[in-house]
Amino acid sequence: MKYEVPIGPIHPALKEPILLKFTLEGERIVDVDVIASQNHRGIEWIGMNRNNPVQSIYLAERVCGICNFCHPSCLVMAVEEIVGIEVPERAQYIRVIQGELERIHSHLLWAGVAAHELGFDSLLHYVWAVREKVMDILELINGNRVTKAIIMYGGVRRDIKEEHVPKIKQMLNYYKEAFGKLAKLFLEDKTIKMRTREIGILKKEDALKLATVGPTTRASGVKKDVRQDMPYFAYPDFEVKAITPDLLTGEVIGDTYDRIVVRLLEVKQSIEIIERALDEMPPGEILAEPKIIKLLNQIKKAEGEAVGRYEAPRGEDIHYVKLKPGFEYLYAWKVRAPTYINILSWRPMLLDMQIADIPIVAASIDPCISCTNRVIIVKDNKEKVLTADDLHKLSVRKTRRLLRC
Amino acid sequence: MIPKAFKRALWVFHVNSGSCNGCDIEIIAALTPRYDVERFGIRLVGSPRHADVIAFTGPITNDMVDKVKRIYEQTPDPKVVLVVGSCGISGGVFHESYHLAGPIERIIPEAKCFYVPGCPPRPEAIIQGVIKAWEYLEEVEKK
Repeated sequence: MKYEVPIGPIHPALKEPILLKFTLEGERIVDVDVIASQNHRGIEWIGMNRNNPVQSIYLAERVCGICNFCHPSCLVMAVEEIVGIEVPERAQYIRVIQGELERIHSHLLWAGVAAHELGFDSLLHYVWAVREKVMDILELINGNRVTKAIIMYGGVRRDIKEEHVPKIKQMLNYYKEAFGKLAKLFLEDKTIKMRTREIGILKKEDALKLATVGPTTRASGVKKDVRQDMPYFAYPDFEVKAITPDLLTGEVIGDTYDRIVVRLLEVKQSIEIIERALDEMPPGEILAEPKIIKLLNQIKKAEGEAVGRYEAPRGEDIHYVKLKPGFEYLYAWKVRAPTYINILSWRPMLLDMQIADIPIVAASIDPCISCTNRVIIVKDNKEKVLTADDLHKLSVRKTRRLLRC
Repeated sequence: MIPKAFKRALWVFHVNSGSCNGCDIEIIAALTPRYDVERFGIRLVGSPRHADVIAFTGPITNDMVDKVKRIYEQTPDPKVVLVVGSCGISGGVFHESYHLAGPIERIIPEAKCFYVPGCPPRPEAIIQGVIKAWEYLEEVEKK
């Protein structure tokens, strides 16, 4: 007998509002449906109707509080490409350091949440205690623990000063020491291995078919990383290589355990990148155009469209921006967060699993629901979801219309 | 100051009503060893029926209005609402958006609210908010 179990939108296992509908046969999951719209705040609309482009940077930070550097970076990269702003070299290095600090904090946060979902709360507390060290550094160089407000069109707003460098290096050394312990806890512990090995498998074919991004796809053996494929900021200098689990375990299974391996190795990679960036950072300016009114005028006159791509901790983030001369706001702004794609991989991962595996498998893609809730079509106060058939009809209608003129 | 009685361990039910996660991770940071509110008996619970305090993060989106109301009704009296973050207070950066129904006092006018401003507030500020709620609940109990 089949029956349906709804989980969410408010549920203790999910930290964010999303509705999952499971069809079950006994303990076995036979179908999964995801309904997401509870977290939609209309950010793109605000960016296109209320905010000037500089204000939109701070709005883009609030797309997601955890990866609050990647969204403004994407927006800034797209606008810089349209307007043609040349970013100083030092600013590019500071952006890399900020991005990697964010990756460390985000992956550690995830590791804690994953431990909590397994019922291993002492590990959650240990990992979050370790994470406070990077939060201290973020506070030291940005003035705030979570939202950073550091990126700006044409550079960054705050420099990494001489006196910050030894503190950052001390933090890196602390993490190098903690890394061994974390790796031992997560990779060798019997309980974690039992709950994650062969659980929530995403095959390489499925990963490619669903176009998953970030650690989720890399754990399935797809060597995909924007920092490697299309380096931005100062990443060309670092020659980042996509990390797959076979680097450590020698094989790719694509299960939850492999996703833990990938994230742990990425923390190590981030530490190395920050270390090199601190040593190689050139002196100089950090902002191409410090006068905001002049900058806004430049953006107001610009015309064109561009796409910003950024490897966020959860995967590839894309912002599409279009500017039109004389238009005070962004003419068009489209955000595509990594979870929006990764969320589809829940279905192949959860099929044939047990109800008890839902929390850890759902958490294993590091979902960020607040990033995801973007698309909604509202016309005459009626919500409408476009299916593939509807889109096809619309497309045929447009072809006819074009043929007529 | 925390009243001498100190006998009440506050249990908090956390509701994400459209937040960007910034406040949520600071709430969890307040629970973990650096700030460690669990030593006072303050902890997150899995059901509103067990809670004394409901912590709302984020502006209330249209989709969440009925859920927020239902959670408020499910929580036993005496109860306090803790609004964490600027967007729950005024809409914050999201004000004027077409999909916001908040702030909270527009949805539940009878609620006793305590506000923690900040985007996101620091864990210390969240702890202070919980303690304000605590003092209020102590006063209610004395009466």
